[in-house]
Amino acid sequence: MSNTQTILQAGTAAPDFTLHATPDQTVSLSDFRGRPVILAFYPADWSPVCGDQMALYNEILSEFHKHHAELLGISVDGAWCHNAFAHDRKLHFPLLADFEPKGTVARQYGVYQEHEGTSGRALFVIDGEGTIRWSYLSPPGVNPGADGILEALEALDASTHAAAPGGAS
Amino acid sequence: MIEQQGTLRPAVSDDDHVLGPPDAPVTLVEYGDFQCPHCARAHKVLPKVLKRLDGQVRFVFRNFPLAESHPNAVHAAEAAESVSARAGEQAFWRVHDLMYDHQRDGDDSLDDAHLVRYAEQAGANPADVALDLAGDVYESEVKADFMSGVRSGVNGTPTFFINGQRFEGDWTSADAFAAALESAAT
Repeated sequence: MSNTQTILQAGTAAPDFTLHATPDQTVSLSDFRGRPVILAFYPADWSPVCGDQMALYNEILSEFHKHHAELLGISVDGAWCHNAFAHDRKLHFPLLADFEPKGTVARQYGVYQEHEGTSGRALFVIDGEGTIRWSYLSPPGVNPGADGILEALEALDASTHAAAPGGAS
Repeated sequence: MIEQQGTLRPAVSDDDHVLGPPDAPVTLVEYGDFQCPHCARAHKVLPKVLKRLDGQVRFVFRNFPLAESHPNAVHAAEAAESVSARAGEQAFWRVHDLMYDHQRDGDDSLDDAHLVRYAEQAGANPADVALDLAGDVYESEVKADFMSGVRSGVNGTPTFFINGQRFEGDWTSADAFAAALESAAT
């Protein structure tokens, strides 16, 4: 894989995937057709700070759910590692294992960091039809927070309502 | 459509807890959690930094309790707001300091009984603060702080904003932190 990959942009069809969410359960992006999905790629479980990226999103899941959006975390860690991490941090959303072949989905989305051997911190908001509506790759070492996700979900809501006859509010 | 990420909103106002001159050239905002060990560490660094910047910094504290990680953090924030409302801003800063100074005393050092004790030491009536905690009187105020942090791009605790922009640099070293603030002052 070349190192010139770029993050998939808004307007692109989101590549479908099937990954393990637990050692005996898989999740596909297409399972969520009809509602928005937030894909949050991150480098690794067990980052040594309070309120790291996944812990922060865990605190504001209810805000994402107000937009009927599902949050999926993705890293190259294996399902057992995710299991332990999610249990330790009391996470209430799935962590997907982009583990074998390692980083395949991160590469498809253009966010694999070749030299680190992990995904970058990258965010995608995907609409109910499976089209990427917003994407963002954070600079190395910077946790992007959630402000961009919420703005993208609000913009998605606004455009959905504008397109609907009668403009439901 | 998407504004620049990591921009403070809303701006600092009279509703905030503010230390330092209102016309200071630098405004430093911290989103913090009273049960977060990194925030307690920052609490030790900040006085050195503010002293070095002598009068050039207006410091603002906003609540960002990570309830899932820190079971006592929301009540600690509510207790601080209660102290502020009932005993004034000087008492708020005293209880803010007490919570961080005692955070690591033991597993129960931020339970309701201790929070009420710190409130009393800070100058508030402990029965009033206990009542406010029991009734979650300041729950919505703390939640509003939290959501303003989310909308501003807070990405963990503590998160600092210097003149409205998220600070990505090193706050663990007083030298580095002071240097960042000094460059914002000029």
